[in-house]
Amino acid sequence: MSNDVAKPVRSVSAATVFREFLTIGATSFGGAVPYLRQSLVVRRGWLEETEFVELLSISQSLPGLNATNMAILVGQRLAGRLGAALAIIGMCLPGALIMLLVGIVYRAHGDHAITTAALKGVSAAAVGLILATVVQLGKKSLVEYADYAFVAVTVLMVNTFHQSVLTTLVAVGLFSILWHRPGKTSKAE
Amino acid sequence: MSEIPAILRVFGYLSLLTVGGGMAAFPEMKTLTVETHKWLSFDQLVHLYSVGQLAPGPNMMLIVPIGDWAGGWLGAVAALVAFFGPTAILTYVVGRWWQKLEDWPWRRSIQRGLAPVSIGLLLAGCFSMAKGAIFGLETAAIAAGVLLILLQAKVNPALLVLSAAVIGVLTFGGSS
Repeated sequence: MSNDVAKPVRSVSAATVFREFLTIGATSFGGAVPYLRQSLVVRRGWLEETEFVELLSISQSLPGLNATNMAILVGQRLAGRLGAALAIIGMCLPGALIMLLVGIVYRAHGDHAITTAALKGVSAAAVGLILATVVQLGKKSLVEYADYAFVAVTVLMVNTFHQSVLTTLVAVGLFSILWHRPGKTSKAE
Repeated sequence: MSEIPAILRVFGYLSLLTVGGGMAAFPEMKTLTVETHKWLSFDQLVHLYSVGQLAPGPNMMLIVPIGDWAGGWLGAVAALVAFFGPTAILTYVVGRWWQKLEDWPWRRSIQRGLAPVSIGLLLAGCFSMAKGAIFGLETAAIAAGVLLILLQAKVNPALLVLSAAVIGVLTFGGSS
């Protein structure tokens, strides 16, 4: 497959890319992906829906957060190296400043009775949030019994046997990739 | 000031563990920032992560206050650069190359193979955090409520977290 056919070069200035990602970075409450789609596909029309899905799947399979990996991939595609750099800076800047302030306020007032009470609720909700992500991802990509076994072994290695995340990732990851090696008849899709 | 190299090392390492999501790095983040370097307590780590879900942008910005507490504003910048730099460069280099490998059979094997591991790492991170967030019936009910609502309806998660803050004040406000 030729490299250039699939990627029509769109000329968007790096400054425009920065402004757009700064806006997403400042407004994407509750998770960046829906806002990215709304902005890049619907409002700006910089990406086709299929391109967006493709870039998102690359973002998910590489280390790094979806929000920042998407900023790099989209910035790169639209405005090269500078575009990628400015996109990730724009994406991170607002949240980073907000959390810097939150940290300062929390350190000063985190032990007030009312703050502690609110934080108990917030922390419990965050656990529910992660579980929802796990279920949603699981529905999409856990296909065969072996996949569930890999999930279970990963959890056991980290939580019960206190292996480092890196060891677990490499050990279970390699095994799982080999399990899904090319040519093996799989029930997937 | 001497904490800066440690901050760079810790967050640079954690950066590479965020496969599938930031939560994948959480158990290691707890070990390194709470137990090894004692930059903050486990409760504080849980609180900062959770409040971070209310901020816009990437949901791991708790690294900024941790960096700030450990090494001042320079520490905050160091945490940001270390946590986002390595994966940014990796994505920049590999992302382009990965797209060209569409027909390489191992690409699919890698994606299929890493998916259950990254889900397992998220779940492990979740359990690790639950130890500091779920105690007793009330907190378990809040977590279960959020999970069920998110699976049933299209609600902005930040609104649910905010509602949980109010429920927290109403539930625990009087006693503690």
